[in-house]
Amino acid sequence: MGKTDVATEAHGESTGLVFHPLDQFKVTPLFGDGPVAFYTITNATLWMAIAVLCVIAVFVLGSRGRALVPSRSQSIAELFYGFIYKMVEDVTGHDGVKYFPYIFTAFLFIFFANFLGLLPLSFTPTSHIAVTAVLGFGVFFIVTIIGFVKNGVHFLGLFWMSDAPLALRPIIAVIEVISYFVRPVSHSIRLAGNITAGHAMIKVFAGFAAIAAVAPAAVVAISAAYALEVLVAGIQAYVFTILTCIYLKDALHPAH
Amino acid sequence: MEGNIAQLGQFIGAGLGAIGSGLAAIGVGNVAANYLAGALRNPSAAASQTATLFIGLAFAEALGIFSFLVALLLMFAV
Amino acid sequence: MTDTTTEAAHTAADAANTVADTAHDAAAAVAHGAADVAAHGAEAGGAAMPQLDPSTFSNQIFWLLVTLVVIYFVLSRIALPRISAVLAERSGTISNDIAAAEELKVRAVEAEAAYDKALADARTEAARIVAEAKAAIQADLDAEIAKADAAIAAKTAESEKAIAEIRANALTSVTEVAKDTAAAVIEALGGAADAAAVDAAVAAQMKG
Repeated sequence: MGKTDVATEAHGESTGLVFHPLDQFKVTPLFGDGPVAFYTITNATLWMAIAVLCVIAVFVLGSRGRALVPSRSQSIAELFYGFIYKMVEDVTGHDGVKYFPYIFTAFLFIFFANFLGLLPLSFTPTSHIAVTAVLGFGVFFIVTIIGFVKNGVHFLGLFWMSDAPLALRPIIAVIEVISYFVRPVSHSIRLAGNITAGHAMIKVFAGFAAIAAVAPAAVVAISAAYALEVLVAGIQAYVFTILTCIYLKDALHPAH
Repeated sequence: MEGNIAQLGQFIGAGLGAIGSGLAAIGVGNVAANYLAGALRNPSAAASQTATLFIGLAFAEALGIFSFLVALLLMFAV
Repeated sequence: MTDTTTEAAHTAADAANTVADTAHDAAAAVAHGAADVAAHGAEAGGAAMPQLDPSTFSNQIFWLLVTLVVIYFVLSRIALPRISAVLAERSGTISNDIAAAEELKVRAVEAEAAYDKALADARTEAARIVAEAKAAIQADLDAEIAKADAAIAAKTAESEKAIAEIRANALTSVTEVAKDTAAAVIEALGGAADAAAVDAAVAAQMKG
């Protein structure tokens, strides 16, 4: 830690700039100071709670009318529902539909956390590897268990390419096993890394805005980066969900 | 500006790690370009392959993010 | 004095930090002056990359699980049943409407077919009636014509008979007139009329 402080300060002292691009990811208690115990109400708690409120607002208040011809808020809820439902059905097939509520839960959490994180001064839970690792490894373990429960030993057929030349199959199997166990790592780091990178990038540009000469360029760069981040927030939620669906499909239908 | 040799190594490593992000950009561009080429050749099949496009983009981008992460770790966490 | 305040702030901010770390920070503070370190001391400590600070992991994981469970129950208990019911109802309504429209269309086609059939029936009926009437008229006409022909034939026969009678009468009359005339002519010429000779001559003339 000390070394890092030195590094940051060295930058700060030599250029007159102070970069703290990672300060926005800090988890701090909302009420008072002190250590962060697992039950402490922190800013992470706050923004997760806001995400829950958004879900409730869209899906409980929005669908309250139960109208045959939907109101605007109801169409938003139906749009989300139809989008993810179709994705689950298309990718996993008909027997994957019963896992739809779980996938939908993960999608909505990531989606709203990503977008709420784009608000200034907010905190982004999905930028934390702890959060995304729980999601990623949760998906990994659940999918693996489903695979073994549904298919028994045949689930291992996922790693045995029966249409490859016989000599190559063991090698392919090793590669497949490694790639299978890398899945949760890449699944979680992809999300956290994308969000962290984007937010840190915006902060770095914001640091440059302190210099009057480059401030206009910095503002343009921030706007462009922000637009990209809006895109990334949606795409990463989508990608996380569709990869979950693909993993689930592998578990339900392991035969290649 | 005092420093030490380890810090020097960190910064150089971070810079090298950032090259990986640029290489990932090439990969992402490749995915998008080939999708576009295929879509122009056979527009009717394009819509059904957007999911594949996004998955390909995500995989390509994830590797760039990994190298960015290495740079970030070298800068701030080692 | 600055060193002690910084260190105190830091310890307050992050009690879990190790003594060695704190000492390290304090050394950094000595090297770089009070202001910077005060700022960093307020950063709540831990690794400089907050994502890698293990002291916050349990907190985030706990609240993440709480959040996911809440979202899951909100969705599965309230939102999803509602939305799927609405969607099912809507698709049911739409398919019902489409089915009703199909049925109406079928009925319209049936009605058109029935109309066409009725029209065709009426046409054939009319044609039949016309033909019948024509046939009846023809029959009447034929009967009348036959009757008229018969009447005409009867009249003709009668007339011929009458003519034949008249002719026969006339023949006898001619013979008598010729005899009388011949006798008168002979007397006028001064001869004596021999009745038998006159008759023979008249008969001979009449034959020729």
